[in-house]
Amino acid sequence: MQTLYDKLWNQHVVHTESTEPGSMALIYIDRHLVHEVTSPQAFESLKLAGRKPWRLDSILAVADHNVPTTDRSHGIHDPISRLQVDTLDQNCDELGITEFKMQDLRQGIVHVIGPEQGATLPGMTVVCGDSHTSTHGAFGCLAFGIGTSEVEHVLATQCLLMKKSKAMRISIEGELGLGITAKDIALAIIGEIGTAGGTGYALEFAGSAIRALSMEGRMTLCNMAIEAGARAGMVAVDDTTIDYLKGRPFAPQGELWEKAVAYWRTLHSDAGAVFDRTVILDAAQIKPQVTWGTSPEMVTTIDGKVPDPALISDEVKRHDMQQALNYMGLQANTPIQQIALDKIFIGSCTNSRIEDLRAAAHIVKGKHIAANIKQALVVPGSGLVKKQAEQEGLDQVFVAAGFEWREPGCSMCLAMNDDRLIAGERCASTSNRNFEGRQGPGGRTHLVSPAMAAAAAIAGHFIDVRDIGR
Amino acid sequence: MEKFHTFTGLVAPMDRANVDTDAIIPKQFLKSIKRSGFGQNLFDEWRYLDHGEPGMDPAQRQPNPDFVLNQPRYQAAQILLARANFGCGSSREHAPWSLQDYGFRVIVAPSFADIFFNNCFKIGLLPIILDSAILDRLFEEVKLNIGYSLTVDLENQMVITPSKEAFNFEVDSFRKHCLLNGLDEIGLTLQHAEKIKQFEQKRRTEQPWLFA
Repeated sequence: MQTLYDKLWNQHVVHTESTEPGSMALIYIDRHLVHEVTSPQAFESLKLAGRKPWRLDSILAVADHNVPTTDRSHGIHDPISRLQVDTLDQNCDELGITEFKMQDLRQGIVHVIGPEQGATLPGMTVVCGDSHTSTHGAFGCLAFGIGTSEVEHVLATQCLLMKKSKAMRISIEGELGLGITAKDIALAIIGEIGTAGGTGYALEFAGSAIRALSMEGRMTLCNMAIEAGARAGMVAVDDTTIDYLKGRPFAPQGELWEKAVAYWRTLHSDAGAVFDRTVILDAAQIKPQVTWGTSPEMVTTIDGKVPDPALISDEVKRHDMQQALNYMGLQANTPIQQIALDKIFIGSCTNSRIEDLRAAAHIVKGKHIAANIKQALVVPGSGLVKKQAEQEGLDQVFVAAGFEWREPGCSMCLAMNDDRLIAGERCASTSNRNFEGRQGPGGRTHLVSPAMAAAAAIAGHFIDVRDIGR
Repeated sequence: MEKFHTFTGLVAPMDRANVDTDAIIPKQFLKSIKRSGFGQNLFDEWRYLDHGEPGMDPAQRQPNPDFVLNQPRYQAAQILLARANFGCGSSREHAPWSLQDYGFRVIVAPSFADIFFNNCFKIGLLPIILDSAILDRLFEEVKLNIGYSLTVDLENQMVITPSKEAFNFEVDSFRKHCLLNGLDEIGLTLQHAEKIKQFEQKRRTEQPWLFA
């Protein structure tokens, strides 16, 4: 009786010094995704040590963090950003690594393009020098973020030295209410277990509400596993997974496809498999979520209020809450729906896929952003998502509503390019982190779903997306 | 990697929970393609009153006098006391690089985020987990005593206070071995190169679609 995590782990153990639980194991890596921010030092060290990449065909590279989302025909004007992207291009060209360059239609956020290309497949180990690599676990694979030393380690050896985590199953049972999305599930889970609740665990998301999610929704959920403290999140393989992958450029075809599918269908936790921890949430109880603080666990529901530090007995927690409210410029007990916004960001590796853009467009169609909204951005996750959206006319819907329709990249999720908040500006964002300064120094981030961000853009403040459909 | 020897170092307190990697080293400094020089921008948004960008001369910046590491008593600190879930957020190794480049050799906290914890060992920065009740006491002692230092003995897995009180900590034996001997992990893994090749060959036969 094995969990999905057990199966994935056992499939990849190359060597162990000891069979004791908790001892280090050498784990084989099937897919290595590379981007421009966390790789240059790894490539440099590799070269200095006189080493070469172990397996070139395991690597797929793309620049996403630094790329401009406006007209790219003249390249990147910020010389420091440009150097980082040029360095990736040079390293890939020199070593013969497959890279989607900035002008390539397939370019986009690394966690969007991997699955989109079928470069992420069930049963794989997938790593990238980026914590949101957990996204790929949606495909029933073991995917997690690594640091630059480990990027070099994988380049040089195709392996990583690691310890097995504990396993946690988070079951969401029942049916989600109208307008409730994977993002709301993710934030509700983090609200429940906290940002360190998943530390030391690999999460498996299960239950009828998860099985009912599209691949896009599952990716959103697994993406946020790291915000719950877990390096890896995963969902068992089912028809939804297989249907999504069929015909993707890097996915197997013909006889190989049949063989692969037969194996992929074994990638689920066995009935009776034992988890170190189990959390169960009722899907019907999940409401639209909005964060009010500077950590994803500082979250409440759209009908809630900003909490009152005076009611918190733990001294460290009270202090942290007060600090967060000061930074966010919020008063205790303010109803969430009274919080007015300055900017709207729809994008990021959490919520920039076609389904996210459709959900947001559905809300804004025929309407216009409120007068107090200074800027509303839609940044598709990849060139192919952008093209698809344009074929469906979504770009026109957004532009008519007063949104800016941009080129793909990480953009204002972490503000490494020119897309950022000015100090004091308040943003409804579909991204994953509301840390201080994340979207620009002094910027104030509220994490929400794409539909909630779209609704907030129209109203100028947060509103309950469930009221729009009625 | 340098060998980790027993040392006694000045302690500085970072008294807040969930200190994230964006706070440790803000994103604008991640554009560097080098591994060094991040120390001057450690905790940049808390440490300076003016906004920092890469390439600025630290001597021309406006330090925030209220920020703990700017207090004269904590200059040249080598041990950072921290609260729960230190290093949460991104996988950027720039976070441990900046702490190390600043001069820290040890971070003591009741818990760490997984990726950050792992990244620290790779560069010879030692993250130590102690019970939060012990941390509460150490925070109190460091605030009360200027020049408060701790001794870190990795060999015996002990943190020793000036009054010779010793607290044991856990550390994985392999990681300890690597730190004490300053070993190159890639070199160690490549000792298993034959085994990796055999594994890969078997995988290529059983799941050929992974090698297309």
